[in-house]
Amino acid sequence: MSDVVEKTLTALPSLLSLDSQPGAGKLSITSKLGSLIKNITELTSKHEESKLIKKELSTIKEQISSPHTTLRQMKEIMVRMIYCEMLGYDTSFGYIHAIKLAQQGSLLEKRVGYLAVSLFLNENHELLLLLVNTVLKDLQSTNLVEVCMALTIASQIFPKDMIPAVLPLVEEKLQHSKEIIRRKAVLALYKFYLIAPNQVQHIHDKFRKALCDRDPGVMISSLQIYQQMIKDCPDGYKDLTGSFVAILKQVVGGKLPVDFNYHSVPAPWLQIQLLRILALLGKDDQSASELMYDVLDESLRRAEINHNITYAILFECVKTVYTIHPKSDLLQKAAKCIGKFVLSHKINLKYLGLKALTYVVQQDPNLALQHQMTIIQCLDHPDPIIKRETLELLYRITNGQNVTVIVEKMLAFLWQSKDEYTTIDLVGKVAELAEKYAPDNEWFVKTMNTVFSLGGDVMQPDIPNNFLRLLAEGFENEIEDKQLRLFAVESYLSLLDKENCNFPQRFLQVISWVLGEYSYLKTDTHPEIVAERLQKLLDQSTISQETKSWIMAAITKLASDSVCSSTVTEIAEKHSVCLDTVQRQHAFEMKALLDDRELMKQILPKDASCEDIEVDISLSFLDEFVANALDRGAAPYKPPHQRQQELSQAKALNFEPYGLSLPISASSYSIAGRQSPTGLSLSSGLSGNSAEMTQKKGSNSLKLEGVKKVWGKEGYLPQSETAQEVNHPSASCPDVEATTMEKLVENASVQSDLLPVALNVKDQEKQQLASSLFVGIGSHDTLSLMGKSENNAQRFRKRSKLKEYSKETERLSRDEFSLQSPPQNLLDNANFSESSENLNGLGTLFTSKFSKKADSTTLDCDKMSKQEMLTVPTKGSSLLFTSDDMVVVKPSHSPAEISFLPSSNQYFSLPAELSQQAHSEVVQLAYNDFLSLSACKIYQKDCLLLVVFITSYSSTPITHIELCFPQSKLKVFNSAAHHFHSLEAKSTVNCQSCLLMEEPCAQLDLVGNLTYHLESEEISELEFSLTLTLLDFVRPLIISTDDYGKLWLSFANDVKQNLNLLSNAKDPLTATLNVLKDNLCLHIVDIIGKESIIACQLLPSIPCLMHCRVHSGMLAVWLRSPSPDFIDCLLYHCQRILQEK
Amino acid sequence: MMQFMLLFSRQGKLRLQKWYVPLSDKEKKKITRELVQTVLARKPKMCSFLEWRDLKIVYKRYASLYFCCAIEDQDNELITLEIIHRYVELLDKYFGSVCELDIIFNFEKAYFILDEFLLGGEAQETSKKNVLKAIEQADLLQESQNEDWGGLSSDDIL
Repeated sequence: MSDVVEKTLTALPSLLSLDSQPGAGKLSITSKLGSLIKNITELTSKHEESKLIKKELSTIKEQISSPHTTLRQMKEIMVRMIYCEMLGYDTSFGYIHAIKLAQQGSLLEKRVGYLAVSLFLNENHELLLLLVNTVLKDLQSTNLVEVCMALTIASQIFPKDMIPAVLPLVEEKLQHSKEIIRRKAVLALYKFYLIAPNQVQHIHDKFRKALCDRDPGVMISSLQIYQQMIKDCPDGYKDLTGSFVAILKQVVGGKLPVDFNYHSVPAPWLQIQLLRILALLGKDDQSASELMYDVLDESLRRAEINHNITYAILFECVKTVYTIHPKSDLLQKAAKCIGKFVLSHKINLKYLGLKALTYVVQQDPNLALQHQMTIIQCLDHPDPIIKRETLELLYRITNGQNVTVIVEKMLAFLWQSKDEYTTIDLVGKVAELAEKYAPDNEWFVKTMNTVFSLGGDVMQPDIPNNFLRLLAEGFENEIEDKQLRLFAVESYLSLLDKENCNFPQRFLQVISWVLGEYSYLKTDTHPEIVAERLQKLLDQSTISQETKSWIMAAITKLASDSVCSSTVTEIAEKHSVCLDTVQRQHAFEMKALLDDRELMKQILPKDASCEDIEVDISLSFLDEFVANALDRGAAPYKPPHQRQQELSQAKALNFEPYGLSLPISASSYSIAGRQSPTGLSLSSGLSGNSAEMTQKKGSNSLKLEGVKKVWGKEGYLPQSETAQEVNHPSASCPDVEATTMEKLVENASVQSDLLPVALNVKDQEKQQLASSLFVGIGSHDTLSLMGKSENNAQRFRKRSKLKEYSKETERLSRDEFSLQSPPQNLLDNANFSESSENLNGLGTLFTSKFSKKADSTTLDCDKMSKQEMLTVPTKGSSLLFTSDDMVVVKPSHSPAEISFLPSSNQYFSLPAELSQQAHSEVVQLAYNDFLSLSACKIYQKDCLLLVVFITSYSSTPITHIELCFPQSKLKVFNSAAHHFHSLEAKSTVNCQSCLLMEEPCAQLDLVGNLTYHLESEEISELEFSLTLTLLDFVRPLIISTDDYGKLWLSFANDVKQNLNLLSNAKDPLTATLNVLKDNLCLHIVDIIGKESIIACQLLPSIPCLMHCRVHSGMLAVWLRSPSPDFIDCLLYHCQRILQEK
Repeated sequence: MMQFMLLFSRQGKLRLQKWYVPLSDKEKKKITRELVQTVLARKPKMCSFLEWRDLKIVYKRYASLYFCCAIEDQDNELITLEIIHRYVELLDKYFGSVCELDIIFNFEKAYFILDEFLLGGEAQETSKKNVLKAIEQADLLQESQNEDWGGLSSDDIL
């Protein structure tokens, strides 16, 4: 490469005689582009350049719209436009002409036209549609170059919707005789696969043909599609593993044409592609992995020439070896390779070595130990990228013993870093490590202070939130908690002491919250002093409005704790004339509270930030006020959406845009609570509502109530703990290395006095650093290290998070090997019991997985049995779900209700169309010597259909049968009375009635009577009753989440209640909801995290919406419906069902 | 997959840009500005790889020109470095000892070569001979203006 590019462009303006330059010789200096470029390089300022380009663009504009411009000139213009665009000027006026040129030009111009299109437009640009026809035409051309151009543009940018138009033509090209066409066709199909995978599904077998193409170029291109497809679905292509291995073997063995060599390495691009595919196929698949061990071994062995390209292959090979099902001697070789990278003097290789270490250190922490000195050197490397990667590596090997050193290094890096992206990332990691492994309170608070000052306002907002929650919730030890809080207070007071300190707003918010909440712990400082500090802060001009609110809240809290101080009164006075409304409101609230100490104590209790706050959402305490107002003639309240609706109905104009502001303005009158959960948060978040002062603090700062309490006082989720323990690979490192490792550890821990004298002082320092960095990492500690979760050392437990859990399980599966082939030295190892625990843990983990599956199967079984139970034996057709629109699954009823007929062999046949629908058992209602009455409930979509069977036992016909339901609460259709003229002996008739519930009630008895005439002509009567519950009339209400939101607002009645949660289930919320759903016929509209929304309706048309949330071990439900009775009845049933479970 | 490739001079002037992901002009300009600044600020002995936002940047300087590629997390940095190198080799072969001026004045040719080498962000044809063959075929056509080309065999050209 020495001959390449050694001429630089040091004196461009002087190069006016460009003809002497070899490249420029091809371009005439007199050409317009040439002179444009020349002129621009002569300019000295950006301003001049923009003037010149503007002039140029206006000329171009004129030329392209002129009818006299030839295509040849157009081509020249296009090139100039590309140039202007590259300089950053807008040339969008000419895009359409680029398309025209591609369409109309001869080959020469077409090529430039296509190029301009590919540079100007992206695949979402609407003008691209105009290109489709041109591409179609060129694909059909007999000219190879035109076909090539069309395929090239199709694989660069093509509108997704138009793929079907060209797909058949591109497919056809797979059979073309020229390999270049076949290759480009494959790549175009790859592009289509990327943007619309479904559309190329039918040609998968053609891809296989391409894979077997006699031209290596076509085969290489087809690998791109395969890599993508295998990535999407590795299981579908396992059968190809052998073929890929065979190809790689041939390539490594040098069987490809020499053309494909790159610096005498055979087809490196192909090798890397194949290695990647093998990694995808071999991941978590032992049998597939076994096929590739040989070729991987060979690849590792062959790649020995000292050139970048061999390192590229090696790197990919190492990645593959660590991804697939492990084989110990391959791992050993790969580890050696990583060593080569790490120890290399080439900085690029060193960087990649560190990256590889970071990648594998989770599986094999001993590798990090091997290279500890290199890692230490890299920590002080002048290249920040290397430093950054080293920190990433250290972050992964952090434990309780080395955390202080590692965090110190990370913070030192952060002080220097200016890149926002890095700051956000690193600050989050420091906060995570500090919370996990902090050795003591002082260190923790100090570290977090640095995090807040450095992370400032760019860090993730959950860092301060988590920190405050940690402080507020505390841990097991009450005294420790107090100390931590006290220390935080002290440290913040001293920080505020300093003059001219410019802390980020978020940090100030944290400070003011902590001072407001916990400064009472510092008994030797008068609250007055704290208030003064805060006051000083409040007066600073750099403080944002939001922070001011926090400070005001803190001052209010301080005031509640002490006798009325002059400072607080002063602040309240001063800010009550403040121009900012939020501020003023705070001040007024403060004043009002200062006047009523009792109230203040009540709403601002000490150290109660974690207590749940009972909020009267319906604001019932205002009822009297409202009633009075109504009496005085005030207009009744209408919810905002209703007002809006009325407005839009009243006027033809659309008032939509104003609608948005309505909830907010309403909330400032503190009635928003009536509307919706969102309304509530608005009122508390935006207006700083006085009635909910404490709640405001909660929602604005901590959101304690709604936060997932995975780290509750009860502790961490036991499952994730097992998972974490399990994932420590017991010993992935072979014996030989383990011993060297131990030596290294010894070296490190015995420190400098045992080190060879030859080491100079600097080295000794490094050794010391090493010993502090790598302490606790070694074979004996591997277990606790890997999961990064030393359970005993972990002080601040938090963030259990399911995410982590799943990550662990994923890692677990990768680490399976350590369990399958237990290390030989396991018995010598003191950790034997721990390892076996791990095994157990793994067992339980899998069991729990299985039991979850089992759960779902039992659930299915339940359903089945229910189905069977509900079906009338006669028909044998056990179709519960009949038509698509019928989603009713009827609950099993309380056993008392189902009394089987005395003569069990007697059955009743439902009319065919009814037996297809969901229905209950046939229940005998009443009988005497002559007659028997039975009934069956059919749960129709729009009513409850009651089918009453009248069976005659008498040997003579019974006449004048009349059936009546004299009902009050039920609405009975299809005539309330049925009349049969006569009933033959020993026969059965049925009559059907549609029932609807007029008024909601939990349960009611349907009483009726049957009058009939026997032979004797005397009238006899048979009374009967049937119990109907509310549930017989409840149907799912199928609505979308959006509709739900709208409906929610429109219902006036709401009730909140806590229900039992099926806490023994794996996912309590879903389990509970499913039980409710199955028993109550509810429709689960949506489940979002720990919350869910449910809808149902009472026939004929009373809807009810439920909002469920898991909260401190209970299911907090919030029901809304137009009918308060319906809510009550529904709640009753919910409680009953959940209690029974 | 490669996300984009930028060529810029030591003075920070953009010489070539190829985007393989759809981005708005505004984003493109912002990325270009930031990257050119970052890369130019790096010292000669430093590592050729950068982590930038969620992408990996691979860059290399040839004389006065910086070649800079953005790749995704799972991509191989070293092979990307070789892609840059192969592209420079192709340019060198085509222009015959390429220099920055060649690329400035014949940037459309540089684009044609790039398109023949990389397609949609992936290496399309890694054989140097084949790439140049394809380019020269098209070039030859331009010069001869032969509308009815297609029967020419590759041997006639090389």
